[in-house]
Amino acid sequence: MSHLPILQVIIPLLAAPLCIVFNNRRIAWFVALCATWASFGVSLLIAQQVLQSGALSYDIGGWPAPWGIDYYVDSLNAFVLLIVTGISALALPYANRSVEQEIDPRSQPYFYSLLLVCLAGLLGISITGDAFNMYVFLELSSLSSYALIGMGPRRRALTAAYQYLVMGTIGATFILIGIGLLYSLTGSLNIQDISYQLHANNIIGSGNRTLLTAFAFITVGLSLKLALFPLHLWLPNAYTYAPSVITIFLASTATKVAIYMLLRFCYCVVGSESIFQLTLGQIVLLPSLAAIIVSSVVAIFQYDIKRMLAYSSIAQIGYITLGLSMSNHSGLSAAILHMFNHALMKGLLFMTMGAVSYSVGSVYLTDFRGLGRRMPFTMGAFIVGGLSLMGIPMTAGFVSKWMLVQAAIELGWWDVVILILIGSLLAVIYIWRVVETAYFNPLLELEEEEIGEAPLSLLIPMWLMVIANIYFGINSAIPVEFAQQAATLLLGGM
Amino acid sequence: MSWVGHYNYWVAIFLMMSGFYVVISRGNLIKKLIGLNVFSTSVFLLYISMGKIFGGTAPIINEHSQKFQLFSNPIPHVLILTAIVVGVATTAVGLALTVRINERYGTIEEDEIRAKDDSL
Amino acid sequence: MPTSALIELCILIPACGALFIAVSGRSPNLREGITLSTALGLLCVVAALYLRPDALHLAPIILGEPLPGLQFKLALEPLGMLFAGIASLLWVITSLYTIGYMRGNSESHQTRLYVCFAIALASTMGIALAGNLITMFLFYELLTMSTYPLVAHKQDHDAIAGGRFYLGILISTSVGLLLPAIIWVWQLSGTTNFTPGGILGSQLEPATVTMLLLMFAYGIGKAALMPIHRWLPEAMVAPTPVSALLHAVAVVKAGVFCMVKVVLYIFGVELLSASGSNVILTSIAGFTIVTASIIALRQDNLKRRLAYSTISQLSYITLAVSLLTPQAITGAAFHIASHAFGKITLFFAAGAIYTAAHKTRVSELNGIGRRMPVTMCAFAVASLSMIGLPPAGGFLSKWYIFQGAMVNDNLAVVALFLCSTLLNTSYLLPIVYVAFFKKESHPPHNAHGEAPLTMVIALTATAMLSLILFFWPQIPLHLASMLPGVGQ
Repeated sequence: MSHLPILQVIIPLLAAPLCIVFNNRRIAWFVALCATWASFGVSLLIAQQVLQSGALSYDIGGWPAPWGIDYYVDSLNAFVLLIVTGISALALPYANRSVEQEIDPRSQPYFYSLLLVCLAGLLGISITGDAFNMYVFLELSSLSSYALIGMGPRRRALTAAYQYLVMGTIGATFILIGIGLLYSLTGSLNIQDISYQLHANNIIGSGNRTLLTAFAFITVGLSLKLALFPLHLWLPNAYTYAPSVITIFLASTATKVAIYMLLRFCYCVVGSESIFQLTLGQIVLLPSLAAIIVSSVVAIFQYDIKRMLAYSSIAQIGYITLGLSMSNHSGLSAAILHMFNHALMKGLLFMTMGAVSYSVGSVYLTDFRGLGRRMPFTMGAFIVGGLSLMGIPMTAGFVSKWMLVQAAIELGWWDVVILILIGSLLAVIYIWRVVETAYFNPLLELEEEEIGEAPLSLLIPMWLMVIANIYFGINSAIPVEFAQQAATLLLGGM
Repeated sequence: MSWVGHYNYWVAIFLMMSGFYVVISRGNLIKKLIGLNVFSTSVFLLYISMGKIFGGTAPIINEHSQKFQLFSNPIPHVLILTAIVVGVATTAVGLALTVRINERYGTIEEDEIRAKDDSL
Repeated sequence: MPTSALIELCILIPACGALFIAVSGRSPNLREGITLSTALGLLCVVAALYLRPDALHLAPIILGEPLPGLQFKLALEPLGMLFAGIASLLWVITSLYTIGYMRGNSESHQTRLYVCFAIALASTMGIALAGNLITMFLFYELLTMSTYPLVAHKQDHDAIAGGRFYLGILISTSVGLLLPAIIWVWQLSGTTNFTPGGILGSQLEPATVTMLLLMFAYGIGKAALMPIHRWLPEAMVAPTPVSALLHAVAVVKAGVFCMVKVVLYIFGVELLSASGSNVILTSIAGFTIVTASIIALRQDNLKRRLAYSTISQLSYITLAVSLLTPQAITGAAFHIASHAFGKITLFFAAGAIYTAAHKTRVSELNGIGRRMPVTMCAFAVASLSMIGLPPAGGFLSKWYIFQGAMVNDNLAVVALFLCSTLLNTSYLLPIVYVAFFKKESHPPHNAHGEAPLTMVIALTATAMLSLILFFWPQIPLHLASMLPGVGQ
């Protein structure tokens, strides 16, 4: 089908108002479920076509690029689309019971509607080939995620959402300036065309100051969005206080999409050669390493486990940007692969958090006492997710860590290798704190009330994620294929 | 000379920094939002001034268009129309959040909110 | 049944056993029946594997391929066969012993213990059968993870602290040193397969070889080379059957087994002797042997004394393989077997004393031989094996290692051996002496005899194995003769 790319965005976008029209929480959930599954199907078809016959291009309204907006899918964004739709297709069945408990019944149709808008925004960013369109979709997804985070059960969700709104808007405005400056340089908004103009007019090696400014703005703006250390301040609060489903969804998709944007702008527009004296790699390297070490250390001292995992996310984003900063083929493949694997493991870990908060009511470390016995399936899933996070073989995390370390050795960056491994060891510490409490700390005598296992509708998506984590640790031919194709593409220019 | 010629940039930078300053320094959530608006408006001005050409006219092709040589680029203006809508929506969400914060905390001063959270 | 299916069964049987044990947790008799039959089944499969003529020449079995060229695969070779045989044989005996011990001391969380035991055995089999470094690493980590609950079993403050220490040291060395070493090997040679004669080629700089060798030696923390040996005494907070099987056989032997495999199949004898970096390994191991023995002398807690003795004995194996002569490598392989039988007997005896008399200190053991003659006789036989005296298996392994050192006129090693034999004698024989020839100084609260019957049977059986190994050493010697560096 030739209309697949537009279907990818339009399905969730059209389903969103339907949720409100029906104004019934069950129907709204069902509509959202169908929409996400349909999007997942579409992204599978797109991925298949891209792998078979190369990049797809779709002109919106029949206006050819660079005049009109075109949707352009190559192996990089086909992969991102798969991640985003795949996670949401698993998060939606999970949402039913979890949302029922956490959100006021009257707001639930709005909740699903916003979730779909957010999904549409993320998919739009990933699929469009137009820089301004990207900005619009970015704001679409951000605005809906501010509202979604604000729906969290605790009142601190509101302040967290506000904080995110302020920082997110500043980031988006920076991106807007950057795009404007690029437009004033090239007279084009189409990413491929911008790249062509820059190269054809020899703007890139000439030390053009507008280009430098544009990239400075875009890089800083996107770093805010993807929570690159030290611009990560919004993330721990937002992830901690958001509703469980939103944490699962945002942690495994939103930051990945922002990283995708960074990859797109940096590699597809200017190519891998240095803009001026500095390459992107040199700029991103230090924050990435700092993220890996500092956030992991901070995570060790958290007592709210959701918050601990949020800090761990910042560290994991550090791994991804570290791979990106290596600017060679193996580093980029590792980064792109880790986008996928991190989505798998963080999605899984936050799903277990959702289940614990469903059964126990909160996720403080002390609430985990004795849970190994009371919620064996949930804690089992937590252990698998934790192992994946540590990078134990036969889990997805191992494959990306292997590739990352290998890329660092290839460059002879032994100090970086050591830091990566220290990061893994820190992950062992903070994950094991929870495991130890769950299995080896007996329940207090006071806590006699019955805490049982989470309902099946939470457990099934969770265990599907477990299976995915293990499957892609044993056979990751497909994601690796995607990641390597995408890396080749990024390094080869457009 | 050249930096007088770029006065539109100076205006944008001035507005941007004052907006940014307000966002950082004010504790009142409404004032922060106002600052945020000033901040993003500066970018709108930047875009609009970019598209302006002195003596240029609207690029409409009809029987009179033969008379004009110089046209303004409409695209930045159109883009900024979208960005303004986005800005309005952001402000709306921000204000809605502020209202809810006021309901739950009884204040919209940042330090008081923090004190209430910490006392829990 | 095809031989490759037998190899897979070696891992599947204990893994499925763990599952069934978990399910049958409500009925202790059923649970323990399943444990015993799983152990017996595994032993039969390993025995059948040994009798298959084609087992050692089979194409590797591929379990999965996470990255192009990076495979999880199983392949059988002589040393793995030997290790698998020892572990599966001793699992049967330990299961018997465990049942007696756990019931005799009415421990809690017994189901978890049996489940983790079975998973640990599955991982041990995986290490024994691993066809490349990645697979070895995988099962190595699984073994650490699955033995952690066993160490922290008692769930009190000491046990949890001990468990943390255990996990911390083993994980940090393996992730921090072993994993980068493996990736480095992959980077240098494009493969991690265990290949007789090594895969690194002969072009490497001696400095690189030394660096890699050190990363492996300390990355394989389970081999307990000093100064990363501390996890082993800490792990002694575990119940005695755990200490016996895991910390005399499965875990620590997995460590030295990996060490031997890396030396013979990754570096290769030629590369190491050409670069001369084996001398460093010899000196580290030698230092560990003497120092650990001296520390063992000063330990009053019986299990801790045995733990330090284990550290020292493990280094015999590392030292032997680092000598690189055919006799020494044979000795290393043989010592894996003889030390396993000897040390497990010592631990069994310690556990039997604890169960019957509730004594844990060496200073309380005066005259205990008269109350528990069978236990203390077994202890005496195992002590002989540790010291290296006939008629126990330990004599033969020391004989071979000694020969291996003499071939190269390695007088330092010879001197080291004499010294350590003296030390071994002085920390083990006094226990036997006071048990039989001194008056009871700490009368027990109740007049006790031997420990429960299953425990006595188990420790007698392992003591017999030590003797059998001396008189009929053919099987381990046959397997050792097929190792690279020995055969040609």
